[in-house]
Amino acid sequence: MAENIEKLRMYFEYPFVRYAFIVGILIALCSSLLGVTLVLKRFSFIGDGLSHVAFGAMSFAATLPVIIKETIASFSGSESLSPGMQKIVTYIAEMNNMVIVLPVTLLCAILLLRTGQNTKIKGDAAVAMISVGSLAIGYLLMNRYPSGTNISGDVCSTLFGSTSILTLKPEDVKLCIYMSVIVILTYILFYNKIFSVTFDETFVRATGVKASAYNLLIAVVTALIIVLAMNLVGSLLISALIIFPALAAMRLFRSFRGVIICSAVISVLCAGSGILSSILFSTPVGSTIVAADIIVFALFSLVSPIIRRS
Amino acid sequence: MAVQMKCINASLGYEGSIVAEKLDFTISEGDYLCILGENGSGKSTLIKAILGLKPQISGQIEWGKDIKKNEIGYLPQQTVVQKDFPASVREIVRSGCLAKCGLRPFYNKKEKELAESTMKQLEIDDLAKRCYRELSGGQQQRVLLARALCATRKMLLLDEPVTGLDPKAQNDLYELIAKLNREGTTIIMVSHDVAAAVRYASHILHIGSHKQLFFGKTADYITSHTGKIFLERSVEENG
Repeated sequence: MAENIEKLRMYFEYPFVRYAFIVGILIALCSSLLGVTLVLKRFSFIGDGLSHVAFGAMSFAATLPVIIKETIASFSGSESLSPGMQKIVTYIAEMNNMVIVLPVTLLCAILLLRTGQNTKIKGDAAVAMISVGSLAIGYLLMNRYPSGTNISGDVCSTLFGSTSILTLKPEDVKLCIYMSVIVILTYILFYNKIFSVTFDETFVRATGVKASAYNLLIAVVTALIIVLAMNLVGSLLISALIIFPALAAMRLFRSFRGVIICSAVISVLCAGSGILSSILFSTPVGSTIVAADIIVFALFSLVSPIIRRS
Repeated sequence: MAVQMKCINASLGYEGSIVAEKLDFTISEGDYLCILGENGSGKSTLIKAILGLKPQISGQIEWGKDIKKNEIGYLPQQTVVQKDFPASVREIVRSGCLAKCGLRPFYNKKEKELAESTMKQLEIDDLAKRCYRELSGGQQQRVLLARALCATRKMLLLDEPVTGLDPKAQNDLYELIAKLNREGTTIIMVSHDVAAAVRYASHILHIGSHKQLFFGKTADYITSHTGKIFLERSVEENG
């Protein structure tokens, strides 16, 4: 035990471990807040779909410099670029991927969450279509225009977020903190509206409140969280971060506020303990957090019948 | 009595296909209007039009001076989402005040008090902390009714409120609605329970397939051709 604490203390001397810890906790908090709404609105899979979109966008952003380079080369017939072109390519290569990933994911989130109202393709089919579509295109791009030598490594870390959380730069951490604060404040300020829209959209619209505006808000915040969470658990596991705390909390609590608070607490504790144990046992961060979430969910499911009866 | 809503020669429907046309009726303050009709006769489309969620294809729906278009308390049919929704009764009743909030993020003291007094009025104040999904069907309807009353006391629109309730709960709910009506709230109820409609409503609107069959006072409905046919059929069905 003492040995483990010593080991943790040593690790926390490194700034990147501290960054990972802060970012992990914040992301877990945000995703659990929205998770309750998404689960109740029957949108559990939207997280999955959007994270694949984010994966596609991420691949596109990563391969963009290579794509530009190759296209220009094939047009001009020479391998070397003009200095001006070289500058643009370098600029894009150094640009934060978020500039591309965030708008694309936002757009898809709005499109997908709007599908509730009469569209030609039904909700679940639209989610499935967009998610596998962007997964395929993303992988295709990464293979055709490799930006590094280790393609499968790149793909794996985007999908499972294996190492990216440990390579966060201070500005990434700042961006993450800003976005989390925005998400949490939005949630608190619009708490009553989000509750009403989730419980009964028709009633809300009948009393003259612009329910579609709040749906849009939920879509935007969801997209923000997913883009944030990609760094932590990778795009395949985001859904777990969104739904498990909410489902576990719904086993025990009977009021909306209780569920929200409990789900936030579960999510933060699981993310914290997940990150710590991933350091101690050198396991991948994302899957360790999800494993912790699963354990809590199982515990709550076992306990809930006992509490209900008493 | 002041006219609250007037529907003039309105046609309703979806793109290209008309579900109900030539709807002509008037609702005055304190009325108890029951909208009857078989499945597919356009009742739910009419509800959407009254609530302003789906504009009519032609004709007009006009509102009286003292009631705005969106000042209707609505009691919708239960959705799948609500069946396992973790929310306390108090949270749901308070959500009826949402429109009063505007952009203000939280409910103020007055709105909270309104929620409490409405719960007391509908005798669900002892359930305030209970979870909605654990209540009986009749209690759930009372909760939704309280929420609608928090939104407005002028007009209530109820969409098949007694569906799925046992006979006693049905009767209790009908009595409760009648009591609210006596206290001054205008009631519009969509139903296919003719017997109850004739017993409680002051006016009846009967929609057949695609067209309006009857609108007028309940007493006239009973003696009308449409009313006679429909009442006889319902007596046969219910033994």
